[in-house]
Amino acid sequence: MSGILIENLNVWFGEGHERVDAVKRASFEVPEGGSFGLVGESGSGKSTILRALTGMVPSWNGRMEILGKELGAKRDRSFYRKVQMVFQDPYASLHPRHSVDRVLSETLQLHGFGDIDRRVSKLLEDVGLGPEFRFRYPHQVSGGQRQRVAIARALASEPSILLLDEPTSALDVSVQAEILNLLTDLRRERNLTYLMVTHDLAVVSHVCTEIAVMQLGEIVELLNVDDMRNLRASHPYTSHLLRSSLGRRSESTEAESVSTEAG
Amino acid sequence: MSNLLDVENLWVRFPTRSGIFEAVRGISFSLARERLGIVGESGSGKSVTGRAILRLIRPPGMVAADRIDLEGKDILRIPELKMRDVRGQGISMIMQDPKFSLNPVMRVGDQISEAYLLHADTSKAQARTKTIEMLVAVSIRDPERVYNMYPHEVSGGMGQRIMIAMMMIPGPKILIADEPTSALDVSVRMQVLEIMDRLVRERGMGLIFISHDLNLVSTFCDRVLIMYGGKIVETCKADRLHEARHPYTKGLLNSLPRLDAPRDRLDVLTRDPAWRDQPSVSGML
Ligand SMILES: Nc1ncnc2c1ncn2[C@@H]1O[C@H](COP(=O)(O)OP(=O)(O)OP(=O)(O)O)[C@@H](O)[C@H]1O
Ligand SMILES: Nc1ncnc2c1ncn2[C@@H]1O[C@H](COP(=O)(O)OP(=O)(O)OP(=O)(O)O)[C@@H](O)[C@H]1O
Ligand SMILES: [Mg+2]
Ligand SMILES: [Mg+2]
Repeated sequence: MSGILIENLNVWFGEGHERVDAVKRASFEVPEGGSFGLVGESGSGKSTILRALTGMVPSWNGRMEILGKELGAKRDRSFYRKVQMVFQDPYASLHPRHSVDRVLSETLQLHGFGDIDRRVSKLLEDVGLGPEFRFRYPHQVSGGQRQRVAIARALASEPSILLLDEPTSALDVSVQAEILNLLTDLRRERNLTYLMVTHDLAVVSHVCTEIAVMQLGEIVELLNVDDMRNLRASHPYTSHLLRSSLGRRSESTEAESVSTEAG
Repeated sequence: MSNLLDVENLWVRFPTRSGIFEAVRGISFSLARERLGIVGESGSGKSVTGRAILRLIRPPGMVAADRIDLEGKDILRIPELKMRDVRGQGISMIMQDPKFSLNPVMRVGDQISEAYLLHADTSKAQARTKTIEMLVAVSIRDPERVYNMYPHEVSGGMGQRIMIAMMMIPGPKILIADEPTSALDVSVRMQVLEIMDRLVRERGMGLIFISHDLNLVSTFCDRVLIMYGGKIVETCKADRLHEARHPYTKGLLNSLPRLDAPRDRLDVLTRDPAWRDQPSVSGML
């Protein structure tokens, strides 16, 4: 069964000459338990696809399915139990006047979980936040800590599908490694399906097996991780993306070999 | 000639339920007309340091320092009214959460224009023209359309670039850029860095560049401060970052995922509690 299916999806904002076509004829499929990456230009419609799936865009047409079930205009609570999203802007999903504890406990209660106290501690521990963060408010934690609270909130309902919008963009590489390992483990244990947006090709190649490249609202190329690692791209924009990352990669390779010698 | 900025023995403390939390613990550094990178673990005190310099830490947070000088003149003890003149043309800061820092009910173009009008003696029409120019400079594709958008209507990377345009428009002496390119794809990122670089080279601006992208910092900056647990644990020339000696910095370099070398699991750091207790290293010039 497919975890996520998108067919000829169009999303637009505004009307008449103000109309912006944010997503144009997008199609792709993520098998259940699969992991799919969306990369591409800033403003190309990546977040909009995720928001369309969660029912957060006003006007769209085409077909969207989650675990074999077609999506209509509205999403009910059982949908949010199955599908959770980590927003690009962590403030967007965190109420400014609710403590971390309240954000997590209320999510757990809403989805009918018991044993709340233990679960909240476990969720925080999973994302590398100590108990001292439990009663802080969103503005009292750092950018990367806030992003991890948003990840913990998305994991709270034990969803089977996770939509991840730049989930590690605010994390230093050591914490990023911990979060990526956590995501890998969870997918293995619970057969989760991931749809991840990122501009970091090394991250996407670590997490995802299939990748779509977007530009100006369209998916311009679909490729698998081997194509990507071997720089086999047919669209010029994809080649450009891969080449730019390659430039920086060879630097890091150099840096690493030097540091091994030094150590 | 004096440095652009000198910070000596800076402390930032926040009262919390479990006692006073020391977010920044006695750090000292200066900034010349250079690109100074700050890297460090999530929560190590990078953003708080930037906000403390601009005196944007709100009570009950507490800031203490022996001195904070802008071009040799005190900005730690001057009245708040005078400090308002420092913010903008003296020092401006690109915040880590750009969309949160913008006014949600004002068109983004008007916000940039307003920032310009505050410091330049020009007409509204000229401010608008200048704003459009800035949007073009940060590679916004459709500047006329984006001028009229509200913050919630722009994408993550567009929000980041709008913030960058807004902070550069008053022509500050010092720009503190907190993760300014984290939401940008590689090509746009290069263009944005090029603009900042030109301001440093041509106008002699000082840049404090906070980032977790080690490769980027090592190629883009002149000097780097590495923070851990509210202290500076190491400083080095940026192009020597890969020779860093502190175990934390070395660990960071090993945690990077790689496009060319797939790995099942990424190395994670084992953090030694002793790292927190070592004295801070000075980053002063
Ligand atoms: N509510 C809205 N009203 C009008 N336009 C919108 C709205 N939301 C998004 N857009 C437009 O849709 C386009 C796609 O935005 P989206 O957020 O999906 O980009 P993205 O690919 O996620 O970019 P980034 O990498 O910068 O986050 C942009 O041009 C954006 O301005
Ligand atoms: N208002 C506050 N009350 C209590 N603690 C705070 C407050 N603001 C920040 N902190 C704490 O101070 C520490 C430093 O925060 P800061 O935002 O400077 O981190 P950072 O180095 O920028 O991290 P990141 O890379 O995640 O953005 C963090 O541990 C944070 O939780
Ligand atoms: Mg986005
Ligand atoms: Mg920060």
